[in-house]
Amino acid sequence: MNKVVSNAQAAIFDVQDGMTLMLGGFGLCGIPENLIAALVQKKVKNLTCISNNAGVDDFGIGLMLQQRQVKKMISSYVGENAEFERQLLSGELEVELIPQGTLATRCMAAGYGMPAVFTPAGVGTEVAEGKETRVFNGKTYLMEMAFEADFALVKAWKGDTQGNLIFRATARNFNPLMAMAGKTTIAEVEELVPAGELDPDAIHTPGIYVHRIFQGNDYEKRIEQRTVKPR
Amino acid sequence: MLNKEQIAQRIARELRNGMYVNLGIGIPTLVANYVPEEMTIVLQSENGLLGMGPFPFEGEEDADLINAGKQTITTIPGSVFFDSAMSFGMIRAGKVDLTVLGAMEVADNGDIANWKIPGKMVKGMGGAMDLVASAKNIIVAMQHCSRDGKSKLLSSCTLPITGLGCVKKVVSDLGVFDIDHRGFVLLERAPGISVETIVASTEGRLFVPDEVPEMTF
Repeated sequence: MNKVVSNAQAAIFDVQDGMTLMLGGFGLCGIPENLIAALVQKKVKNLTCISNNAGVDDFGIGLMLQQRQVKKMISSYVGENAEFERQLLSGELEVELIPQGTLATRCMAAGYGMPAVFTPAGVGTEVAEGKETRVFNGKTYLMEMAFEADFALVKAWKGDTQGNLIFRATARNFNPLMAMAGKTTIAEVEELVPAGELDPDAIHTPGIYVHRIFQGNDYEKRIEQRTVKPR
Repeated sequence: MLNKEQIAQRIARELRNGMYVNLGIGIPTLVANYVPEEMTIVLQSENGLLGMGPFPFEGEEDADLINAGKQTITTIPGSVFFDSAMSFGMIRAGKVDLTVLGAMEVADNGDIANWKIPGKMVKGMGGAMDLVASAKNIIVAMQHCSRDGKSKLLSSCTLPITGLGCVKKVVSDLGVFDIDHRGFVLLERAPGISVETIVASTEGRLFVPDEVPEMTF
């Protein structure tokens, strides 16, 4: 078993036009920077992207939007991106907005082998339109389907040659859930170590979910809202 | 009339020692500034953190450590990180004691609208629909009326709904209201605001008890 690939370009060699991709991250925190750069370079298009946010104009998924590579975004919040807004209003881009917890849980369901989950989020709202509902103990729930994605692209802090992953701080967010949910999961990590170096008790994502792994480089880790207090 | 800081200060009086609390973006975030010294409140940030600390000192920002508003923050002793499914799992399971969030409109049956204005750019609901559908106790911080003087405490929401029958309490710039079968129940008036002003500013059903104390700060 060899999961280690040399770089992002090699990792996405079989990503093709029209595919559905999951991309980890919350805002710009914990996004797979190297893989996004490789997708931009590869110029794959008509992609459906499942990601909590759509990046900003000149970073993250925003870079793919600039190149018109995205046909549809499935996200919970897309507010930080003027090019996104332009494409949405002009009809070039399709967007499906879903509650953040629903997004997370639909990834989780895929990774846990469950076809659907029931959640109260969105009951009585336009999110519920066309969806099956069920009442449990007097409360109404929506049936939400597990996601199906050709690839999940995630970013971890550390990983080993078996594909085991450890995330750092709030850069964890959707990454471990998407890692479990992709038909093929590609992980980029800040530090790639030989199997055996990570404490088995500390691993967040077992390598069984991860098909390809590489050590990324030149992480920019851009901060969206730099808030500080005086010394 | 209460300013934003005073709305936050008044909401902070609803905090109890040991509560797990989720604060939304805007006025709700300010509530953290008014937690009494002797009280321990654990703040939940739905992007995957329990035990949210203050902003970092300049130069100590960590790009991997942000809150749900994407602001750089810090941890405190006892903080813990988790993924987004567990984050909304603890919300859905009712483990978070109190949720404070903003609203564009609230109805007298507890419905809330705070995510979309048709015809304007729609940014998305983020975690709001999950929070309102599951939180045990929701307090809304909001302006009582729009800029052109229209009541935002309504008999039914006109904007797209975020959640049904979920709001328990509203703190507006004019007063504090519980929501129960009687509609908005006026509990306290903002300093200098008369009951008559509140009656005139509230389109939804309003129950006015015999005694309505004025808030003090």
